Amino acid sequence: MASILRLRKLYYVEPAVKCSSVRFESLDESPKIDQKLGKKEEDVICANSLALEVKNKRKQAKEWRCMDSCCWIIGCLCTTWWLLLLLFHCWPVTLLRAPELPGPGVRLKREGLMALHPVVLVPGIVTGGLELWEGRSCADGLFRKRLWGGSFTEIFKRPLCLLEHLSLHYGTGLDPPGIRVRAVPGLVAADYFAPGYFVWAVLIENLAKIGYEGKNLHMAAYDWRLSFQNTEIRDHSLTRLKSKIELMYITNGYKKVVVVPHSMGAIYFLHFLKWVETPPPMGGGGGPGWCAKHIKATMNIGPTFLGVPKAVSNLFSAEGKDASYIRAMVPGVFDSEILGLQTFEHVMRMSRTWDSIVSLLPKGGDPIWGNMDSSPEEGHVCDFSKKSHSQTSLSDNNVNNSDVKRGFQVKGLAKYGRIISFGKAASVLHSSKLPTVDSKEFSQTSTSQNLNISCGEVWTEYDEMSRQNIQNAAADKAYTSTTLLDLLRLVAPKMMRRAEAHFSHGIADNLDDPKYNHYKYWSNPLEMKLPNAPDMEIYCLYGVGIPTERSYVYKLSPNSRCKSIPYQIDSSLSGEDNSCLRGGVYFADGDESVPVLSAGFMCAKGWRGRTRFNPSGIATHIREYRHKPPTSLLEGRGIESGAHVDIMGNSALIEDILRVAAGATGDEIGGDRIYSDILRMAERINL
Amino acid sequence: MSSLRRRKPFNESSDSKPQSEKGEEEEHHEEDHDDDDDDDDNGKNKKIPSKIKKKRWEKLPSPPQQPPKWSCLDMCCWFIGCICVTWWLMLFLYNAMPASFPQYVTEAITGPLPDPPGVKLKKEGLVAKHPVVFVPGIVTGGLELWEGRGCAEGLFRNRLWGGTFGEVYKRPLCWVEHMSLDNETGLDPCGIRVRPVSGLVAADYFAPGYFVWAVLIANLARIGYEEKNMYMAAYDWRLSFQNTEVRDRTLSRIKSNIELLVATNGGRKVVAIPHSMGVLYFLHFMKWVEAPTPMGGGGGPNWCSKHIKAVVDIGGPFLGVPKAIAGLFSAEAKDIAVARALAPGFLDNDIFQFQTLQHVMRMSRTWDSTMSMIPRGGDTIWGGLHWSPEDGYSCSKEREKKNDTQITDQADAESVVCKARSANYGRIISFGKDVAEAPSSDIERIDFRGAIKGHTAANTTCRDVWTEYHDMGFAGIKAVAEYKTYTTESIVDLLHFIAPKMMARGTAHFSYGIADNLDDPKYTHYKYWSNPLETTLPNAPDMEIFSMYGVGLQTERAYVYKLSPHAECSIPFKIDTSADDEATCLRDGVYSVDGDETVPVLSAGFMCAKGWRGKTRFNPSGIKTYVREYNHLPPANLLEGRGTLSAAHVDIMGNFALIEDVIRIAAGASGEELGGDQVYSKIFNWSERINLQLDNETPVYSSR
Repeated sequence: MASILRLRKLYYVEPAVKCSSVRFESLDESPKIDQKLGKKEEDVICANSLALEVKNKRKQAKEWRCMDSCCWIIGCLCTTWWLLLLLFHCWPVTLLRAPELPGPGVRLKREGLMALHPVVLVPGIVTGGLELWEGRSCADGLFRKRLWGGSFTEIFKRPLCLLEHLSLHYGTGLDPPGIRVRAVPGLVAADYFAPGYFVWAVLIENLAKIGYEGKNLHMAAYDWRLSFQNTEIRDHSLTRLKSKIELMYITNGYKKVVVVPHSMGAIYFLHFLKWVETPPPMGGGGGPGWCAKHIKATMNIGPTFLGVPKAVSNLFSAEGKDASYIRAMVPGVFDSEILGLQTFEHVMRMSRTWDSIVSLLPKGGDPIWGNMDSSPEEGHVCDFSKKSHSQTSLSDNNVNNSDVKRGFQVKGLAKYGRIISFGKAASVLHSSKLPTVDSKEFSQTSTSQNLNISCGEVWTEYDEMSRQNIQNAAADKAYTSTTLLDLLRLVAPKMMRRAEAHFSHGIADNLDDPKYNHYKYWSNPLEMKLPNAPDMEIYCLYGVGIPTERSYVYKLSPNSRCKSIPYQIDSSLSGEDNSCLRGGVYFADGDESVPVLSAGFMCAKGWRGRTRFNPSGIATHIREYRHKPPTSLLEGRGIESGAHVDIMGNSALIEDILRVAAGATGDEIGGDRIYSDILRMAERINL
Repeated sequence: MSSLRRRKPFNESSDSKPQSEKGEEEEHHEEDHDDDDDDDDNGKNKKIPSKIKKKRWEKLPSPPQQPPKWSCLDMCCWFIGCICVTWWLMLFLYNAMPASFPQYVTEAITGPLPDPPGVKLKKEGLVAKHPVVFVPGIVTGGLELWEGRGCAEGLFRNRLWGGTFGEVYKRPLCWVEHMSLDNETGLDPCGIRVRPVSGLVAADYFAPGYFVWAVLIANLARIGYEEKNMYMAAYDWRLSFQNTEVRDRTLSRIKSNIELLVATNGGRKVVAIPHSMGVLYFLHFMKWVEAPTPMGGGGGPNWCSKHIKAVVDIGGPFLGVPKAIAGLFSAEAKDIAVARALAPGFLDNDIFQFQTLQHVMRMSRTWDSTMSMIPRGGDTIWGGLHWSPEDGYSCSKEREKKNDTQITDQADAESVVCKARSANYGRIISFGKDVAEAPSSDIERIDFRGAIKGHTAANTTCRDVWTEYHDMGFAGIKAVAEYKTYTTESIVDLLHFIAPKMMARGTAHFSYGIADNLDDPKYTHYKYWSNPLETTLPNAPDMEIFSMYGVGLQTERAYVYKLSPHAECSIPFKIDTSADDEATCLRDGVYSVDGDETVPVLSAGFMCAKGWRGKTRFNPSGIKTYVREYNHLPPANLLEGRGTLSAAHVDIMGNFALIEDVIRIAAGASGEELGGDQVYSKIFNWSERINLQLDNETPVYSSR
């Protein structure tokens, strides 16, 4: 029986093979063939069976076999994955971590350091988590889930909904109606920004090693989107911080608090220092001795005292260095309208509702950041790897010996003072050849009719600007940090009006002027006096040795029809090897986000000794950390990094903080430690 | 293409015979069809054979394609792959599903759900008014590691308690070591620091999906609460209450935070919501905060009246819980006892070197806080050998009770019940069921107190798990059993006998008596602060105290014990799960009574029903008290999860009626506006029977 069957099968297949050799082309015509009945029966059968067979075969080959092997592969992968996972979990933990050096915490504990002063951590912008307390219907089920920070899964699942919830009200800078998004409290607020991407976690772990825990370690989380005074108005964040510091002071045996702000937290805490001593209702009513009584030291990590140029490009065109690179490489991804994404516009609209970004605009105007023709950083050489090595000995010993620098100046390097220039020409020409910027010219014409009603639902203030104005603003001009504010007032009048009620970017002529009692001056170190606390210490801890955005070359967007942002960084521009222009951005020394000037100037000069900004002569110390990239992939983000956020894992920095927290003074940890030109730069600034 | 087909016949011919035999019948079948095809050969019928042929093709090519020796493994992989793919698909669908979908399904099945109380009350126009302070109870708060031994590396700031409990399975011994406290001091062991998680996350969910405070928080958020007017007073629930201040400064933090809440919310007083042991903790706090430094918080005599509007106690074990005794005595409660009965030898299996119970006992005995839950008030409250306040309670009457709650208030209904045989709840531990039921005159008791514990070398042979039982010889164990039955008062002595070190530690922090004279200066010591029968409430006449708890569930009240059969190395006593008696509520060796599954009604309700009602010596300023009971209704179906009408000890935190009451209080309502008392149980009758001096004159005690 079986043999017969096999025969049948063979027979069945063989004709098909024959057929295929004869008329393989006719496969696709099989329906036609079916209809033609006049042909030979056998032939038809042959063709039919052939056609069917091949069809089936195709199907099977695709459906069955492909599925089969797919499943098989996936199965294999899953199994191995699980096996590996199991092995990983069963692996003794110590084996993986054996080669690691003991962290600074362990080392210092062996030295006998113990937790002494309570520590308050003040996170910066962006790194703090935000969670939802009340939302629109599209955010159902996200109650008390993180919208910002954590895994960011929701951003991918419902991006528009999330943008809506993270935005603030454009008019007030507070919650939009029906939406309450609040800062995550506690240490979890900013220990990790995303899974595996530490912010404070390493520092916390090392602090814990010498005995810190919940009762003497506090994270002053606040809603970093709000202006500083609004965090108090809406959430009472400043009052909470005050109460927390008082509590820790009392419960830890009347030991003063060491405050560790990072990035924007530095000016937030500056604001707090003024707020807490100001009488209510505007201030916290702590009285004039509050800071002297409660605070031992402020250890600012990567402080943005004088602002960061990055904030300019962010507000101006919602792009930083990275974004503009991507745009240059893959043109049309970001601004493709086809997908209806309008990523940049959405991001810009959202970030412009955040008052806090305005706090990061460069402060102090031309005296600090340089005018059209000169800037404090002039003569900076961008060949970083070479420079930073040859420089250290010089800058440590004889700072005034700037002959070497003068040699470079001849080359006419970057004019950093022009924070935004339109076109490369505008960025290098001498100022006399440039058209002058007249802010009045803007204000006259800026009230133009809104032409762009049809331009999609994403509204940015650019839509309210007329084409004429956009070109006017651009026409071969360069903007310094003073005129820059005028430019921003032109392109985003409402935002600037809202935010400038909370922040000021000038330099005070006379600090005793009663107008400086207003809270909008509190976060600007050039318009406030430090509290009367002679025993307090202020540290500026920041990384150096990384190119940091300092000024930009812009161009008009090519496709400046209605929808898009009319300006973008001209990423095609790059200078020669040792010029600092790369991708339309001029770089200076810094920690990748904050230029040295901004982070170090106040400690190096503005507050050094008894100045009008520092009437009680609070001691200041500068501690710089030269960037060294991680030597191997295993090191992760490195223990010697100087980058803005990665520096929080820098062993030297952690050691300094631990020592101060355990009672050391600035002189005991070694006083100033400088690698950059900050002192020389500060010298040039004429205040 | 052609190569594939050419391989076909080759494969088939080389294929084994059984394969083709299987297809035999079908081949025949198809043959017929093929014939048919040949007959009416026009294009319309072509679909039939195509299907059939497809079938054939399906069968043929796949199995012979792979060499047979791989096929099993391949099939496995294939199978896993399929499962994975479907799993991922489902996961993807689940993630892509709109968030309101489950609710929609639920509504389609069960009809429209009632609005959650937060939404409902928001529609009524309630808005956040008084700041709210949550005080979590024992066990529900999360604990995280701050410093550990080598075995706990990589767990820094990970949760050891609460959350997923993943570490319990991965390194159980290490976990037990870290969760234990020092046996002498009741504080951290050397080199280990485990600290409470702070913030609302501390106790919103105990384990993933098992809510504790989350539902209440979500509903409060609906009417406008957020971080700035809510505060979770998380504390390390393993420590004795005063030690939380000594070690972590927790009480100072709570004080400071309450002051901050009041200051930042326009001077509005806070509503404190303690749950379970948090009730005692908050009681301790209220005394602590007004006591002068250094022992107290130095808030001054009016601190409470200035800062606290109401204390809303949820399921408060004011007078302790009998469960705590079983926990301390033999590390088992009803659930474990049942598990042991079902699978004998599993829990006390020495073969696997688990010794689970011993480990658990050793760990939990280092926790001082468990001793705060030992029944207080002695025989006066909990009943003596032959009487108890709950006399006459009958489990079978429960149905009836639910139907007519009015009658329970009247005394005559009770007399009917009284005739029925009832359990001697006063005998919290009895050895043997007969002892538990015998009239008190028949019990011959040999006092254990003087008994010589004897000496064994047991602890050298019994591995490293050390419990205090090992210090006690066989004679001591026998003496304990000889005493036959224990009432509340003698239980404290019993615990002193069997675990002297633990009790020495515990009695330094807690007290279980009734004060004769509250003005006695000794009562300013902190160990009395958490015992409502030995403290006076603060002088805050405007404050209100609510006692909210569930009723209608069987709650452990008394135990029948037996000696463990192999009493050498393991715990020598265990609950006699064979003892059963429907009539007296005895099931699996446990006498149960009305309550919320953990706290008996008596403990939760007595203080508010009688002890503090009106101006008594425990409540000199006449703080108003209210009893709010919630009758248990199990969830109607599985979709409801743990139910919105549940009254079980923890599940009650999701009870809509309770949440509504809490929200109303937080939004400013007083107890009267809420509707005053709401009573389903016989708490008032039972309190009536307790003969406790409430006036300030010299009290005279007598147990009936």
